[in-house]
Amino acid sequence: MEILNDYGIVLALAGAVLAALIPGMASAKAVSMGGIAGAGVITEDPAQFGKVLILQLLPGTQGIYGLLIAFITLSQIGILGGEGDISFVKGALYFAACLPMIIVGYTSAVRQANASVASIGVVAKKPDQFGKAMIFPAMVETYAILALLISMLAVNGVSGLSI
Amino acid sequence: MALLQMQRINIYALKKDRKQILELLQRKGVVEVRDMLKEDKVFNRSDVSHAKQIMEKNISTVNEALSILNNYVKENSSILSALEGRKELAVEVYDSFKEKYKPAVGTAKRIIELSKIIAENKAEVLRLQTQIEILTPWINLDIPLNFKGTKHTTGYIGILPNSWTLEEIYEKLAQFMPLNVDIISSSKEQTCIFVLCTKDNKNKVYETLRGMEFTLPSLSIDLSPSEQLEQVKKQVEEANNRIKAATDEMISYDKLRDELKFLLDYDTMRLEKYEVIGTLLQSKNVFIISGFIAEKDIKSLEEELTSRFDLAIETKEPRKKDDVPILYKNNGFSEPLEGTVNSFSPPGKGEMDPTMVMSLFYYALFGLMLSDAGYGFIIALACAIGLIKFRKTIEKPMKNTLKMYMFCGIATVFWGIIFSSYFGDIFDVVGKTFFGVTDLPVIPPVWFFPVEKPMLMLTFSMAIGLVHLLTGLAMKGYQLAMQRDYKGIIYDVVLWYILLISGVILLLSMEMVTGILGININIPSNVVTIAGILFALAAVGIILTNGRESKQPFKRILKGLYALYGISGYLSDVLSYSRLLALGLATGVIGSVINQMAAMAAKGALGPIIFTVIVIFGHALNLGINALGAYVHTNRLQYVEFFGKFYEGGGKEFKPFGINTKYYKIKESWKNGNIK
Repeated sequence: MEILNDYGIVLALAGAVLAALIPGMASAKAVSMGGIAGAGVITEDPAQFGKVLILQLLPGTQGIYGLLIAFITLSQIGILGGEGDISFVKGALYFAACLPMIIVGYTSAVRQANASVASIGVVAKKPDQFGKAMIFPAMVETYAILALLISMLAVNGVSGLSI
Repeated sequence: MALLQMQRINIYALKKDRKQILELLQRKGVVEVRDMLKEDKVFNRSDVSHAKQIMEKNISTVNEALSILNNYVKENSSILSALEGRKELAVEVYDSFKEKYKPAVGTAKRIIELSKIIAENKAEVLRLQTQIEILTPWINLDIPLNFKGTKHTTGYIGILPNSWTLEEIYEKLAQFMPLNVDIISSSKEQTCIFVLCTKDNKNKVYETLRGMEFTLPSLSIDLSPSEQLEQVKKQVEEANNRIKAATDEMISYDKLRDELKFLLDYDTMRLEKYEVIGTLLQSKNVFIISGFIAEKDIKSLEEELTSRFDLAIETKEPRKKDDVPILYKNNGFSEPLEGTVNSFSPPGKGEMDPTMVMSLFYYALFGLMLSDAGYGFIIALACAIGLIKFRKTIEKPMKNTLKMYMFCGIATVFWGIIFSSYFGDIFDVVGKTFFGVTDLPVIPPVWFFPVEKPMLMLTFSMAIGLVHLLTGLAMKGYQLAMQRDYKGIIYDVVLWYILLISGVILLLSMEMVTGILGININIPSNVVTIAGILFALAAVGIILTNGRESKQPFKRILKGLYALYGISGYLSDVLSYSRLLALGLATGVIGSVINQMAAMAAKGALGPIIFTVIVIFGHALNLGINALGAYVHTNRLQYVEFFGKFYEGGGKEFKPFGINTKYYKIKESWKNGNIK
């Protein structure tokens, strides 16, 4: 058990890195889906660029939320600051705290991209309905925000535990 | 917080004045024309589809011409030109355009023709250039490429693949002597040869040559290659000259660009006019315009029309079943958000204009989500500069957009100061890195750092959400009062208010809840008891009344129970405001990350420069992404959580018959208060 405690930091770092990695990958895919749909609209009607760009960027936020969790974690496990002495249990707790963002970030980005692509279709046909079209992808994002919130509170909470 | 009172208007006028009256109405832009009257034996509508077709065709021609012209002569326009708005022109210019109309249409057609000429000639040049490429290796041959031989000889002119020497060719053809082989030109890829043999051997020679993969040149001409080349080059020059002439002519039309733009607008206006004419009821001498007008505009329009024409105007209250268009009336603070309400849906029948109340929350919520004084300052400053610089010409929608972001920016500065966020923590980082300041933070927050007390921030976010939702519920009460549904106010609003507020008090009295939220409130026990009783009473009231549209008692109670279950909806609505915390923290933390990265790179002599570059790029990115997030999620909170409580929309926006042009607008010229 004593030896395991040396590896606490590894678990914590794995959580942080995966939080940046997996939602980032998903957002990259999501934004490219929006970009492909958007490029089609722009060939027909270049004036819609601004609206299409917003819709394309919407599912890009998961990657940023992931980065945020990664950074908060890094800054508390002694890599970018904070205490370096992480026990095995604490490392595992950090890993668990990152999980909501890792998993929900991944799935919600891709699903939000589906909604974004559909909304880009709306803008192509009815540019004046942009306000409504924007809400559909934003609904999906709610769950990424909730995951971000829990991950953020959990990481903060874990740092206060003395185990 | 209001909508303008609309009136039905009918204008009865003489047909001889039709053009002038319609044009005046179009310039005033205060009447929405609707065909609400029925045709009869005397009055009917005329068919204008033919005239409309001509104008639509003209419009598309001019649009095409303008975009072609823009390919040849770029219009110098800056990014800011979108703020400049349309140019204003006097009526006289509009009226005098009739003479220029035909030439302008001609110009547009000529531009399209020229672009075709240029394209055709470019294709011609390409074709000729391939000919030149084919001919060039044959330049030393002084007989035509289609030379077949003389009386006793046969000539073969063609190409062998790869490089051949004379010896190699003679070697292959040795058995067919006498013959003559000339190598016209030779390169790595191909060898151009001329073989002359006796007529008896011609088939065998040809077969041998074929065996060497001999091919005939792809051109067959009567002139010698050099002469032909000369001719082709001349043709290329001619084609190039035609292209240049056409391009020059095209460029010369740059000075007519304004005329083309005006033509586009002129026909756009005429098209709209004809659309209106198509809806008018007309007899032999009289026509009737029917539609809607805002009550405040009636007087001035009436004065203006009756002073100039013989006509009769009749206005009356809209009928119950009329689909009355919506025109907002708001002060400068709320007006920018009319567009946001419109893009949800204009208020439906019996609904109020939510813009004013919404605007208070809109700016505050946007500010909370972006919550950085530096970013807010940049947004507000940029919008203010745009508004001041183009204050004379800026169009209304653009002005409203800028104003909206300016107010959003100001709110962002406010929250940024409360939570002490200035480009993340730029002051701390700069102080620590460059000036060795140890007394951090440099600027302490007015209230607290959300990063340090996230639970307090979460509580605050949800409290704001609760206020927002209760305001929405109050708006519902106001709407019910306007409809004189007083029972509805008590059952659907007051009971819910009691339920929600007593519910919150009960929650706050639980140690578990205050423990999670990290707040310390002591609620006296008798207050808790009263809240408990009120909660139960309100719940019973809701169960008994909220299913009141059903007559059957059992069904009614069930519906009431289901309505009470709606309290879970309030719970999820309030939790939805946690995004205020999440997005606010995201801005601040990413900002700090950027600053920290910049500080890590800020060592050595070049340090401050690298630091500045990283900070500028990083914060520009962060501002862009988080402003987008704040905008989208503010809209969501308004549309879904707030509007969900009272607002359905479904109205129709007021679309007056007016000047919906792209480049110019027409201004009435006034002299001594009268129209000239």
